[in-house]
Amino acid sequence: MMSTDSSARAEQPVVLADGLAKAYGEVRALQGVSFSIPAGSVVGFLGPNGAGKTTAIKILTGSLAADAGRASICGYDVERDAQAARASIGYLPENNPLYPEMRVDRFLRFAWEAQRTDGQSETREQAIERVVEATGLAMVFRRAIGNCSKGYRQRVGFAQALLHDPPLLILDEPTNGLDPLQVVEIRELIRQLGRTKTVLLTTHVLPEVEALADRVVLIHQGRKVADDSLDRLSAAGEGRLIQLSVQAPPAALEAVLQGFGAEIVQLRPGAFGSADSTRALLRVERFDAAQLAALSQAVQEAGLALLELAPHAGGLESLFQGLDRHAPVGEEAVQ
Amino acid sequence: MKRALLLARRECAAAFDSPIAYVVLATLPVLTALFFFVLGGFFAEGRADLRSFFALLPLVLILIAPAITMRMWAEERRSGTEELLFSYPFRVRDLVLGKWLGALALLALALLATGLVPLTVAWLGPLDWGPVWGGYLGALLLGGACLAAGLFLSALTSNQIVAWLLGVLLLAALNLPSLLLPFVPVSSGTARVLLAVDLRERFQGLARGVLAFGDLAYFLGFTALFLCLMGLVLENRRFR
Repeated sequence: MMSTDSSARAEQPVVLADGLAKAYGEVRALQGVSFSIPAGSVVGFLGPNGAGKTTAIKILTGSLAADAGRASICGYDVERDAQAARASIGYLPENNPLYPEMRVDRFLRFAWEAQRTDGQSETREQAIERVVEATGLAMVFRRAIGNCSKGYRQRVGFAQALLHDPPLLILDEPTNGLDPLQVVEIRELIRQLGRTKTVLLTTHVLPEVEALADRVVLIHQGRKVADDSLDRLSAAGEGRLIQLSVQAPPAALEAVLQGFGAEIVQLRPGAFGSADSTRALLRVERFDAAQLAALSQAVQEAGLALLELAPHAGGLESLFQGLDRHAPVGEEAVQ
Repeated sequence: MKRALLLARRECAAAFDSPIAYVVLATLPVLTALFFFVLGGFFAEGRADLRSFFALLPLVLILIAPAITMRMWAEERRSGTEELLFSYPFRVRDLVLGKWLGALALLALALLATGLVPLTVAWLGPLDWGPVWGGYLGALLLGGACLAAGLFLSALTSNQIVAWLLGVLLLAALNLPSLLLPFVPVSSGTARVLLAVDLRERFQGLARGVLAFGDLAYFLGFTALFLCLMGLVLENRRFR
């Protein structure tokens, strides 16, 4: 019976979220979010601030109970088999909460004991040696966590998540607040970990997802709006935005654009270093030569000097900026 | 239980990594010795016993017990480490017992440090050690109850000062009836009820070395009640 259970579990996705819903009073943070993550994937869990990412992560890690729906980790239900589910997760929470007064070595010993499971092949010291090497913590091993730099503290957070060699890593905003050099180091670490583990990476930093993930789950206002490979989602987002710069104040350009019917995503004074210019980011329904020609003509008829008219870089950023339309994209659009 | 003991060890170590353990270990012996030898009239009475020492202990614990527990949940919540603890495979009962045992161990060390008081008394005159051991056992039971209440209140807030103040207020209220009843006219039935829940009154029997079932049941029940309430607060936080 036990072997049947374990083989059934082995066939389950590493993460399964089925209709997760959660409300905080009147605010509906999650509204029936479902997704699954097979073993070996690095998945970007994307969404603007307040989209419901952290709520979903807290439900998966067992620190919050869902109002409806169910979730499992490696086949273990996060409510019914809470301990087994948690033991399958290495979790780096948002803002990386740690005990500043504890020394790194003592904290890692505590974290190992707290997460240890029966049948673990490594001893405590072996596990600590492995994660210290993987995360480059040797320099600060006996230092109080509060006396470590932010980059090292982030590494301590990673190290505690890796101690019990879990099949799944959940990283909530892992590069939040780090300087550019530290961001590069941490991304390299995630890239290495992604070779052997399933990684669910929560962030609103798009280049991070583009650099690390092979799949994206995008949520907005508590609903899943996209779930597809990074390539397909980037392609879906391309060609919807136009960048337009003119030698005129913002009000003049805005008047032209209102007449033209384009949706203004951004309107900022100052383009190409000129204080009298304005740069706008426009969303258009279709993107072709006729559209560009019409826009160019409308600007020139209004007597504004055209400085730039080009398709915006697109990709995930474009997709992200299109979120307020609630339109499902990618595979989600045809489900 | 293993995980509860692990957490208890961490709590103890954390207290020694901060000033709290040292303040508690210094304050409890100094306050009790000061009250006993200077304000309690030990030398005026000229008797080698510790009755007034144990009579004052509940009042000192009003300040000390919440000082030990105030950070234990409030700080976890403020700093976000509570989420880390919840993500580890601890059961709620591991968390509840671990925190309480850690706090109790620290209090036990502080009570051990007050041992200089009975040793001094024994040096000054013949001391009957029976009531002293009974008194210390009672002090552990009383302290355990006060710590359970303090931990429950710490779990309600993310502010350590608020947790300490709430703890002081609750414990003071539970020590008041025996102090105020001589001055406040109430019916004998009301007085009996108020004295039945009075921590100080319940402790006095134990402090005399009398292990009454009612007193033991009261302290154990009081402790269990607040530990359960703490568990409910933690469990409920997951559903908010």
